[in-house]
Amino acid sequence: MATKKPTNDAWAPWAFFIAILIVWQGVCTGFAVSEFIFPSPIAIVKSLIEFAGPIADHAWQTFWTTLAGFGIGVVVGLLLGFIIGSSRFMYNALYPLMIGFNSIPKAAFVPILVVWFGIGTVPAILTAFLISFFPIVVNVATGLATLEPELEDVLRALGAKRIDVLLKVGLPRSLPYFFASLKVSITLAFVGSVVSETVAANKGIGYLMMSAGSSMRMGLVFAGLIVISAMAMVMYVAFAALEKRMTGWATRGMDSRQ
Amino acid sequence: MSQAADLPAEAPSARVLVDFDRVDLAYDDTGGNAIEDVSLTIREGEFVAVVGPSGCGKSTFMKLVSGLRPPSEGTVIVDGREVSGPIKIVGMAFQAPTLLPWRTAMDNLMLPLEIVEPYRSNLKQNRAEYEARARGLLKTVGLEGNEDKFPWQLSGGMQQRASICRALIHEPKLLLLDEPFGALDAFTREELWCVLRDLWMEKRFTVILVTHDLREATFLADTVYVMSRRPGRILVRKSIELPRPRDLEITYEERFTDIVLELREHIGRIRKA
Repeated sequence: MATKKPTNDAWAPWAFFIAILIVWQGVCTGFAVSEFIFPSPIAIVKSLIEFAGPIADHAWQTFWTTLAGFGIGVVVGLLLGFIIGSSRFMYNALYPLMIGFNSIPKAAFVPILVVWFGIGTVPAILTAFLISFFPIVVNVATGLATLEPELEDVLRALGAKRIDVLLKVGLPRSLPYFFASLKVSITLAFVGSVVSETVAANKGIGYLMMSAGSSMRMGLVFAGLIVISAMAMVMYVAFAALEKRMTGWATRGMDSRQ
Repeated sequence: MSQAADLPAEAPSARVLVDFDRVDLAYDDTGGNAIEDVSLTIREGEFVAVVGPSGCGKSTFMKLVSGLRPPSEGTVIVDGREVSGPIKIVGMAFQAPTLLPWRTAMDNLMLPLEIVEPYRSNLKQNRAEYEARARGLLKTVGLEGNEDKFPWQLSGGMQQRASICRALIHEPKLLLLDEPFGALDAFTREELWCVLRDLWMEKRFTVILVTHDLREATFLADTVYVMSRRPGRILVRKSIELPRPRDLEITYEERFTDIVLELREHIGRIRKA
């Protein structure tokens, strides 16, 4: 039953997507909405085709800066998560600071980064990093810190060292948390890089939308929006698939219970 | 009240494996003692059960034996040496099976071998031999054919069987069981009593079983210790002199229920006090 349903429902999001496009187009043509205010889907597609070359160029810039920032985020997030999750002292010492840091809107860092590194790619990468590493830290740390004390006793009574327990139990145990956080982080990384590009760049989708907006080419602005969401969605799906592949054991238990 | 006569019921070996001499354990946070003035000896191959009201420090007792906590006063000697850290000759199982969900039953059993010496160093060369041993162990507890299943594919009773196998795979001298059958239904529990009985009859390791269940203690153990409320002291030492092998039928005989009632009275007195 659980395996049949999703295949039957797979068409549903597409149907709704198409329905929304139709209504959107209907509203735009029906009420003769100006293309400078709210372009219709057809106008957006036209812009997409017309500016395919430049859009691809800017999209590539956004894509790799996002991935670079996300990559740094994964490395730093894993390291910090491992440190915080494996020691009670470090947990108590660093966790409140992390919460404090996370409550700062990351867009507020962009002006500082521009002063330090100038306008361009570096602030975009760093903003993507700053916004994306936190969920990874929290998830990895939680996975490590919530180890069952009984299991730890079983292993420690055998003479297991801390590192043994962490590698044999803690790390595999935190993997589902880690992979779940990757999905969230990659979409956040796109937010970071695009925000930075709109303020301080001369390349990238964020910059493209900003300059298209200032010359009232709304079709192009919306085309940029769609390209970003497409990229973020593809990456989300990719990481969701990776999660399922790597840590299927964490959810299969639930499937069998249904 | 306590029976002083130290009659080895089944295991004639006189060698002392565990020796507690006036042991206290203070908890640092509350100031009071979790365990107080505990002296006892456990012979090699003996099956010991510790019963008492909840919160009486039975689990603390286990931590002292396994070396996970050092005593505040007195000495704990296990296998001829004073305990000052993890003693590595124990296997442990708890109320929760604590199997690793990403490992099959087989790989869960292999976990202690990846930790404890000498297995740790020669696991690569002898893997086939150890896997055969694990298979044999799973067969003894009735889990044949489930080697490659994941824990979530096994019932609660089956998981607990695997957990006990994991505690035994490295052939420990001392098996520590902390209410291992507490979460199981009555029928599965009695089934597992027999599994444990058979394993013990075959291999004759030393067992310390912490339990709430007086019938369980009486059915399985050579010696039952009754502990008082916190701070935990040993109030009664009772030798169970029922003949072995014991079958479940014995639990309905008068000589069995007499012992259970006697133990029950001790517990009742503690609870009223």
